[in-house]
Amino acid sequence: MLKADSVTYIHGARTTDDLAKGSRADVPGVRDVSLTVERGAIIGLLGPNGSGKTTLLRVLAGVLAPTAGRVTLDGVNLASIARRERARRIAVVPQETHLAFDFSVREVVLMGRYPHLGAFELEGPHDLVVARDALAATGTEHLEHRPFATLSGGEKQRVVIASALAQQADLLLLDEPTASLDLGYQLAIASLVARLNRERGLTVVVATHDLNFAAGLCGSLVLLRGGTMLGSGPTAETLTAASIQALYDVDARVWFDQGAGRIAVLPIEKTRHV
Amino acid sequence: MSDVRRRLFGWTALLGAVALAAIVGAPLVGTTRINLARAFDSAVPFADNVDAQILFIARLPRVLAAALVGAALAAAGVVFQALLRNPLATPFTLGVSAGAALGAVLAISLKLQVSLWGVSAVTGASFAGSLGAVAIVYALARARHQGFSTNVLLLAGVTLNSFFSALILFVQYIADPNETVQTLRWLMGDLGVAGYGPILAALPPTIAAFVAFAWLPKTMNLLSLGADAAESRGVDVARAQRVAFFAASLATGAAVSLGGPIGFIGIIVPHLVRLLVGADHRIVLPAAALLGAAFLIGCDVVARLVMAPVELPVGIITSMIGGPFFLWLLVRQR
Repeated sequence: MLKADSVTYIHGARTTDDLAKGSRADVPGVRDVSLTVERGAIIGLLGPNGSGKTTLLRVLAGVLAPTAGRVTLDGVNLASIARRERARRIAVVPQETHLAFDFSVREVVLMGRYPHLGAFELEGPHDLVVARDALAATGTEHLEHRPFATLSGGEKQRVVIASALAQQADLLLLDEPTASLDLGYQLAIASLVARLNRERGLTVVVATHDLNFAAGLCGSLVLLRGGTMLGSGPTAETLTAASIQALYDVDARVWFDQGAGRIAVLPIEKTRHV
Repeated sequence: MSDVRRRLFGWTALLGAVALAAIVGAPLVGTTRINLARAFDSAVPFADNVDAQILFIARLPRVLAAALVGAALAAAGVVFQALLRNPLATPFTLGVSAGAALGAVLAISLKLQVSLWGVSAVTGASFAGSLGAVAIVYALARARHQGFSTNVLLLAGVTLNSFFSALILFVQYIADPNETVQTLRWLMGDLGVAGYGPILAALPPTIAAFVAFAWLPKTMNLLSLGADAAESRGVDVARAQRVAFFAASLATGAAVSLGGPIGFIGIIVPHLVRLLVGADHRIVLPAAALLGAAFLIGCDVVARLVMAPVELPVGIITSMIGGPFFLWLLVRQR
C-alpha cells in the first residue's frame, strides 16, 4: 500500500523558508496532497496541464523527495528505502521515451533487470526469461530483436511497459501513457493495463488527460488542479459534469452508457476563456 | 554463457589483438628502415646501436603516447556522449581541452622552462588548465540547479570553449611571434613526445579515470532512457553523472596535456564502435578504448609518412578524416 500524507513538493525549495516564498511559476508543484493507493487498485490522476500530475507521480515514485509531508510504502517512509529496493517494488512508465542510442527492444526490456543485478553482474538466463515473459505479456515478443528507435509510438510504449514489468514491481506508475498515441493504441494500452492488473495483481496509478480512458480503466480518481486536490473517490461518483467543470472549466455531458457498460464523457465547450 | 558476455569477450579479444598489432607493428614502420636483429642485438652497446635508438627513442614513445591518448579520448568521448545523452558530443565539448590549451599557450608564451620528473612546463600547465576548466564548468552546472543539470553543463562548456579561445588569441597576439609557431603546433595536436617521461606522468590520471569508467557502463545504458527513467530503475543518477563527468574530464585532461587537442578521435571511434558492436556501453566502452588506441597509432603512422621526411602533426590527419565523417554522421542521423 502506497500512501501520501499531506505531501508538498515545491521545485527548488529545500527549507520551510523557501516554501513560504513559494514556487517558481513555471514549474508546477503539489501542495498538501494525501492519497492512499490500495493493493490491486487502479487509480487515475486527472487534472489540466500544469496541475502537478507528473510531479505527484514522481514524488510517489520516490524520484523526487517531498518538500513537506511524506510518502510511505507499506508503512515505511519511501525516502528511507534504498534506490534499488524501491525499484524492485515501484516501476514507472514515462509519457514518452526517446533513447539517446540505438538499443534493441530486448536490451531496453533487460534494463528493467537493473535493480535485481549486482553492479558488475551481467544478465543471466533467468533475466532473459523474465524479459521474454514481459514481452509476451505486452504482446511485443515479435519485436525482441528490432531496434527500439524503429518502433511506432504504440509499440514503444508497450515495450517500455514491458521494461517496467521486468522490474517485477507490484506497483506501476504511468504518466500519460496514451498522450501521443492514436485511438487504436489508446484502447490497446487501456486493455493491457487492465489485464496486467487482473492477471498479475499489479497496482496501478495512471496520470491521464483522457477522461474516457480514465472512466474505462480506473476504479477511483484523484482530481488535481493548481497543485492541490479538488477531490477523490470512486470513478462513478467522482467523474461528474461538476468535477469536469471544476477541473477544466469545460461544460461536459457525463452519462452511464448501457452499451459500453461504463461512464462516457462528451466535452461540449470551454465555459471560461483565458 | 550470456549473450552480453560472449560479445564482450569476442570484441575485446578482436580489438585487443588489433591494438596490440598496432603497438608492435607501428614502431617498425618509418622513413628509415630498421634492422630488427641489430636493434635487439645485445652485443652492440645502445649508444652505438642506431637501429635500437630509432626504435626505442624515436618511435616507441610516440606509438605508446598515441595508444594512451587514443584510448583515453575515445573512451572519454563515449562517456561524455552518454552523460550528455548526445551522440555528437566530444571530449572537448565541455571546455576541458580549451582550458588545457590556454594553460599550454600561457606556458609557451611565458617561456616557462621548469620541468619536473620529465614533464615539461607546457604539459604541466595544460593539465592544470584542463582541471581549472573542469572546476569552472562543474561549479556553473551546480549553481543553477540543486542536482546536476546536463543542459547547463553543455551551455557552460560551449561558452567556456569560446571564452578560452578568445583568451588564447589574446595571449598569442601580444606574445612573441616566434612562439606562435610552437603554440600553433601544440594546438594542432602532436604526438612528438620527448621520451617516456610525459607518458609515465599521464598514466596515473588515465588509469584513475579508467577505474572509474569500469563502474559506469551499466548506468550509462540506463541514462540513455532519460534521467527519471534511470532513477526509477534504481540508478543513483546524480552520482553516476558526477563520476562520469569527472572521470571523462580527467582522461581528457591527461590525453590533451600529452598530445594536444587531437580532434575527432573522441567522436569517430565511438561511432565506429557503435556501428560494429551496438549500443550496449558495457561493450562499447572497452571496444572504443582499444580501437581508439589502434586508430590513433594508425593516424600517426600516416602523419609520419605522408609527407616524409616532414612529420605532420597527427591532429591534421585525424581532423581531415574526422571532419567529413562528422558531416556524414549529421546527415545520416534521423
